[in-house]
Amino acid sequence: MIDFSFSEEQEMLKQASREFAESKITPKVPEMEETGKVSDDIVKALGEAEMMALTIPEEYGGLGLGYTARLIALEEIARVSVATAMMLQVFALGIEPIILFGTEEQKEKYLPGLATGDRLATVAVTEPGGGSDPGSCRTSYYRDGDDYVISGRKCFITNSHIADTLTVLAKDGESDDPRALATFIVEGGMAGFRPTHEEHKVGMRGCNTGELVFEECRVPKENLLGQDGKGMRVAMSAIGMVGRGGMVGCALGLHTACLEASLKFASERILYGKPISVLQTIQNKLAEMKIELDAGRLLGYRAASMQDQGMRADNEFAVAKHFTTEAAQKAAKMAVDIHGGYGCMDEFAVTRYYRDAAVLGPSAGTSDIMKVIVARWILKPYRK
Amino acid sequence: MLRIVVCVKAVPDPKEAGRIRIDPVSRALVRADLPLVLNPLDKNAMEAALELKEQFDAHLSVLSMGPPPAESVVTECLALGADQGYLLSDRALAGADAYATAYTLAKGIEKIGPADLVLCGRASSDGSTEWVGPELATLLDIPIVTMVKEIVECTGEWWKVKASLDNGYRVVRVKLPAVLTVTRELNIPRTLSFSGIIQARRKQITQWGIDDLDVPEEAVGLKGSPTIVSEMTTRESKRDVEMISGTREEMAERLIQELADAGFLSSS
Repeated sequence: MIDFSFSEEQEMLKQASREFAESKITPKVPEMEETGKVSDDIVKALGEAEMMALTIPEEYGGLGLGYTARLIALEEIARVSVATAMMLQVFALGIEPIILFGTEEQKEKYLPGLATGDRLATVAVTEPGGGSDPGSCRTSYYRDGDDYVISGRKCFITNSHIADTLTVLAKDGESDDPRALATFIVEGGMAGFRPTHEEHKVGMRGCNTGELVFEECRVPKENLLGQDGKGMRVAMSAIGMVGRGGMVGCALGLHTACLEASLKFASERILYGKPISVLQTIQNKLAEMKIELDAGRLLGYRAASMQDQGMRADNEFAVAKHFTTEAAQKAAKMAVDIHGGYGCMDEFAVTRYYRDAAVLGPSAGTSDIMKVIVARWILKPYRK
Repeated sequence: MLRIVVCVKAVPDPKEAGRIRIDPVSRALVRADLPLVLNPLDKNAMEAALELKEQFDAHLSVLSMGPPPAESVVTECLALGADQGYLLSDRALAGADAYATAYTLAKGIEKIGPADLVLCGRASSDGSTEWVGPELATLLDIPIVTMVKEIVECTGEWWKVKASLDNGYRVVRVKLPAVLTVTRELNIPRTLSFSGIIQARRKQITQWGIDDLDVPEEAVGLKGSPTIVSEMTTRESKRDVEMISGTREEMAERLIQELADAGFLSSS
């Protein structure tokens, strides 16, 4: 029999995450909305609450709690701040290649600091030409003695201006093979590397997104992650499961927030002498939100459970990423609709949910790209 | 080593209080199907114990009486930092009033071994009698201070605490072993940590029934409860809404007057 319930320990992780989110993040949301800047207090609190340590093995200072636990935590954090959940999800995205492909020396050097939040990570794949086709990567590298030298530009990078441990994908400049890629650990402060432009997004204010420039950035050969020429595998293995899985957590949390706000408002807003929740048109919206939230949870936790069992789950995460981010966008629209005129006023959180939802779609691959991936997966047995 | 026992109760989630019903025949609270959580004031008792444990060489046991699902709140206390958990669970314990609960908890404490300090929340959020702590102290034949809002001195065998009164507080010196019931003013309870949750995996919960406690069935549960609930009703909660109109100044004056008339503002 399949057990769809959380274990007692997972329930406690959920409770701990919710208590943390409501006590430490909620009070900072207005400030993040106002300034659009990352809250240093939140980054510090995330470290203290061991949020960055969730997926890092215990032998490197992490908790080794795995990916279901990570999804539980992300969902709870996104319920109060998708911006914070997005920041956290990308920390893990930057950490994952080191866990999966790092040498013993690299793991010992970077993972303990990343687990405590003393180091902050990101992954830099996307370029002005796009992010879903890493083969078209134009950031290039060449070998020079004991160093690699990287030049190019990355854009739409989450945590661009706060991360100091970056996994960067680059193409072998001396090869014509588009698959000749490598992934490097670049540290903040390395000569030739600098974050430049910071984006102003429609939503997820308080989560930093920006551009990185590499101008003859010299990286010691010890910072090569995995094999030279096999960088695609390093980058995609993280994005396919941790990146998509992280977006599922962001979407589920936002969706929950939309439903909770809508239930409360619909039960309190009086129209024709009764709460609007008695109107079938409102009930339809509430029911649809609940149905899609439950379906999304099943898809997301199925994939996370597979990942915890060491199974490949990138395709299942593509299914979940598509479904949950689309459903969350719909839920945000319905939540705004239920709130009527109040849904356009900043005093009501649903306006933030609506703006945040817009950023869910393109992050870690658009819904159209998810469909391309799913179609490629299911057509594979029929390919001649 | 300071030996502390914290008595905790699994109560229906106060956020779901509206779903609690009263059985018209037994007049008992119907709590089935409601999520159980750690009684809010017991969190303050746990926090006090954890702070003492950080300060002294102390061993912290957590004790609860309840049905098997109550084990979750004992596990939560282990994750918060308690060393050992005990759950008194037996069909015969069902339906206990405050006295039978205190009697059973006292037997549990005696079986755990001598305690220097027993901490309880002032009241539970469901029954809210505030009797269990005092009755427990009586049965254990040790002193008690109720409504403790500050532990002023905690060295040696005489401790000094501040205990809340309706219109102030009293400073009390109490000799250990003792029972303290605590208020929410005492501290801000810590929240669960991921590390604590992992550490709880290695901690044990001992479950005892009435045979383990060596108590007769007649002395516990409903049979051992001298309290007779003659009546229990749901209190109607109704909100009257009155819209105030006029200029801002007029509305503010009227609001102040209404609040004063209702007794929310002092006349001075």
